Amino acid sequence: MQKMSRPANRRPENPKIDWHLPTISSTASAHHMSRELFVLTYGALVAQLCKDYEKDEDVNKYLDNMGYNIGIRLVEDFLARSAVKKCRSYSETANIIAQVAFKMYLGVTPTVACSNTVRNQFSLILVKNPLVDFVEELPASRSSLCYCSILCGAIRGALEMVHLIAEVALIQDTLKGDDVTEIAITFSNKIEMKKPKRNK
Amino acid sequence: MTVHNLYIFDRNGTCLHYSEWNRKKQAGISKEEEFKLMYGMLFSIRSFVSKMSPVDMKDGFLSFQTSKYKLHYYETPTGLKVVMNTDLGVGNIRDVLHQIYSYIYVEYVVKNPLCNLNEAIQSELFRSKLDSFVRGLPFFSARAG
Repeated sequence: MQKMSRPANRRPENPKIDWHLPTISSTASAHHMSRELFVLTYGALVAQLCKDYEKDEDVNKYLDNMGYNIGIRLVEDFLARSAVKKCRSYSETANIIAQVAFKMYLGVTPTVACSNTVRNQFSLILVKNPLVDFVEELPASRSSLCYCSILCGAIRGALEMVHLIAEVALIQDTLKGDDVTEIAITFSNKIEMKKPKRNK
Repeated sequence: MTVHNLYIFDRNGTCLHYSEWNRKKQAGISKEEEFKLMYGMLFSIRSFVSKMSPVDMKDGFLSFQTSKYKLHYYETPTGLKVVMNTDLGVGNIRDVLHQIYSYIYVEYVVKNPLCNLNEAIQSELFRSKLDSFVRGLPFFSARAG
């Protein structure tokens, strides 16, 4: 990752981060992806969904669904590249998501806070959210749009594939006037492993 | 030294892939029954191992061997299971099985939007990459040693 130094007289802009995807695949050559391209593509996707669906809840629902479908596959890529072992506790899981997964895929590291005494609800707090780099504010007609629903869906999908059911929601959103972006993960009970059926 | 065959199961027990290179004796039952038998055995052994372990378990079930072959097992946290039967000269190949997972399964199946993750892998590219990977392993020789 390279950080460009910011010239003092310009409006502060985010340092460009090139993701150099590791050359682990034998067919694909190393490809660079600029963060801006990814963020702009995501913005175009949300804009198209807004054109397709009138209600904010529908757009939120579809973004979450898309995130879920991304998450169930992304988790395999994550496990392949990071080689993390099974987590022993929910707090370890939340830490891995924040410090390894977010770093690997978005280049930022949210801080983790535990929200309740039962130790099954954790918050990921992002001071700087790369997805909203180019979004100044939500349009007036779209005030209840959760722009970052895709992140919540992806986390939910990824956790489900490692046998952890969780509800993931956006608690605070910089686009709605809050200071930070906060994603709350509430773990519920683990999925029981299904026993193989015997047909005699 | 040689590799006899390879199974890949998903978290629900569906056999996603099976290849054989050097199998002298068949099981005498249909392939479907064979996969169910293999999966059932793995499931039982895993829970047996974790229950009966006299010390705190780190990795769980790794392999078993008989006088003629050795079965190696690798499972990801998502429940994908890679099972490889080799002959006895082969040591610990968990890293090889992890490479099959990360360099072949993830690259050619997970990242392919047309591949459904819950059913047998149809992709010819996956099959050929896997085959050339296994044939390139240092402990693979075409003639059974």
